[in-house]
Amino acid sequence: MEQNQAQSPSPPLDTRFDRLNSDWYFDKLAQVLMFIGGISVIVFIIGIFVFVSIEGFGFLAGKFEFSEFFFSPDWRPTSQTKETYGLLALMAGTASVTGFAMLVAVPFSLGAAIYIAEFSSGKKREFLKVTIELLAAIPSVVWGFIGLTIMNPLIIQIFHVPVGLNILNAGIILGLMAAPIMTSIAEDALKAVPDRYREAAEAMGATRWQMIYKVILPAAKNGLLGAILLGVGRGFGETMAVLMATGHSINLPTSVFDSVRALTATIAAELGETAVGSDHYQALFAIGIFLFAVTFVINLVADLIVRGVRKG
Amino acid sequence: MVTVTAPQGATPHLEVRDLTIHYKQFAALENVSLEVRQNEIFGIIGPANAGKTSLLKAINRMDLFDSSMRVEGQILFNGINTRKVRNVYGLRRQIGVVFPLPVGLPLSVYDNVALAPRLAGTKNRSDLDVIVERCLRRAALWDEVKDRLMALGSLLSGGQQQRLTIARALSQEPQMLMLDEFSIAVDPVTTMRIEDVLKELKKEVSIILVTNLVQQARRLADRTAFFLDGKCIETAVTEDLFTGAVQDQRTRDYVEGRFG
Repeated sequence: MEQNQAQSPSPPLDTRFDRLNSDWYFDKLAQVLMFIGGISVIVFIIGIFVFVSIEGFGFLAGKFEFSEFFFSPDWRPTSQTKETYGLLALMAGTASVTGFAMLVAVPFSLGAAIYIAEFSSGKKREFLKVTIELLAAIPSVVWGFIGLTIMNPLIIQIFHVPVGLNILNAGIILGLMAAPIMTSIAEDALKAVPDRYREAAEAMGATRWQMIYKVILPAAKNGLLGAILLGVGRGFGETMAVLMATGHSINLPTSVFDSVRALTATIAAELGETAVGSDHYQALFAIGIFLFAVTFVINLVADLIVRGVRKG
Repeated sequence: MVTVTAPQGATPHLEVRDLTIHYKQFAALENVSLEVRQNEIFGIIGPANAGKTSLLKAINRMDLFDSSMRVEGQILFNGINTRKVRNVYGLRRQIGVVFPLPVGLPLSVYDNVALAPRLAGTKNRSDLDVIVERCLRRAALWDEVKDRLMALGSLLSGGQQQRLTIARALSQEPQMLMLDEFSIAVDPVTTMRIEDVLKELKKEVSIILVTNLVQQARRLADRTAFFLDGKCIETAVTEDLFTGAVQDQRTRDYVEGRFG
């Protein structure tokens, strides 16, 4: 009814067109608020990057040597004779733990996602989804605690090794930590595949598994890769659980039973003990820059993949 | 209920006996009996909610996808009761389906057509090449896609995707092809092309053609059944439906467009 009135020609309406009413101001206000909300995220991220860069810049300009920083396994920032700032062992620690975590998490999370999305239904499906999302909310310090008090003696007992805080321990803990969020994302990706693909494949005589393997997984490929990369990013950035479960000793690992130390854990453990502005302090921020860069690249790649580089 | 045997004396390819389908309490199909003969196009016409699609689902055992769907009665395919078949995958490979909306799987054109042979175990590339080309030719799509077999099937136009769907259904070498209102998302020219394809295919497979278009049934079907509100009102030689030689007033009304 009101629409009809508005459409019908009435002279008073025309004269009001050049005046701004409350709707117009409200619309502008909403636009400005949304803009501030949106832009602030970007401002914060740039702010953090600038802050980390400024703190780390002193190191990059001074003690930083490219070959030592990236290729020396010696991280001895507090040495009395000669300080060395080599990240190789720390990078190896982070990489090995993250890699092992993915070995654990990828089969678990993809399996769980496929089961939830394709095989379960109704109440069971809802229950599983809620439970898995609950798992994702467990604080990382709790996971670290489990690594320290449960996994540690178990590994010593089962494998007869002197120390149970090692790549194996941290990898499993980190894998279990990353699996819920990966499952959740992967399940979303599978559910986004239209049902008509399933019906078409099954109607032509594909078995459940053939349908999943030949049709659903290729269709959801990008989303699944995105889920895995998200897990990698999670493992890369995780600090507390890794600090507690790796053994935190600087080492170039040769087996999964070696203790290692991660980049993130190094910052967390040492930053409180350094004098603000010292070489050591600045070197830790340089690690921060490095982590920032790597995480940025991982996220960028994940984003590109999820958006779909659909070739071949 | 006694089913009338085919005049040619041949055993019917598909025989439906007293089929009743419920979705929860709602009866979608009641006591339907009909038979489809070897190498004929069997048309099914009728308004929406007549139970046409439900019938196709029951034949292909797609009722297994829908837990609310209850099927009673018998469906004999080559004399075998499909309700008792354990290997439904084997059964579905014998009966190809084309859905109302084209489904180009998100694979390349080639892989779309090669999917069924691969599932059945054909690995050899040159064998697959032959199958893919033959099926695409039979679906009148080869000339349009032969230069881009590796392009995504889901990026083809609607009409091309529908012919791709038909090519895919043919690639499993079915004995029977069921088409469910295939022309809904296809332009008239492509529809005509597909209809020509179907007339050719009749020599090799039996075809069930569910259609909303009465004239399409007239052009293609040898015999046609009229469905209304879950019942098969009657089955007749298609031409009789249009010359008024049918018994039921409702059928005549529907065919002449005087319905509802």
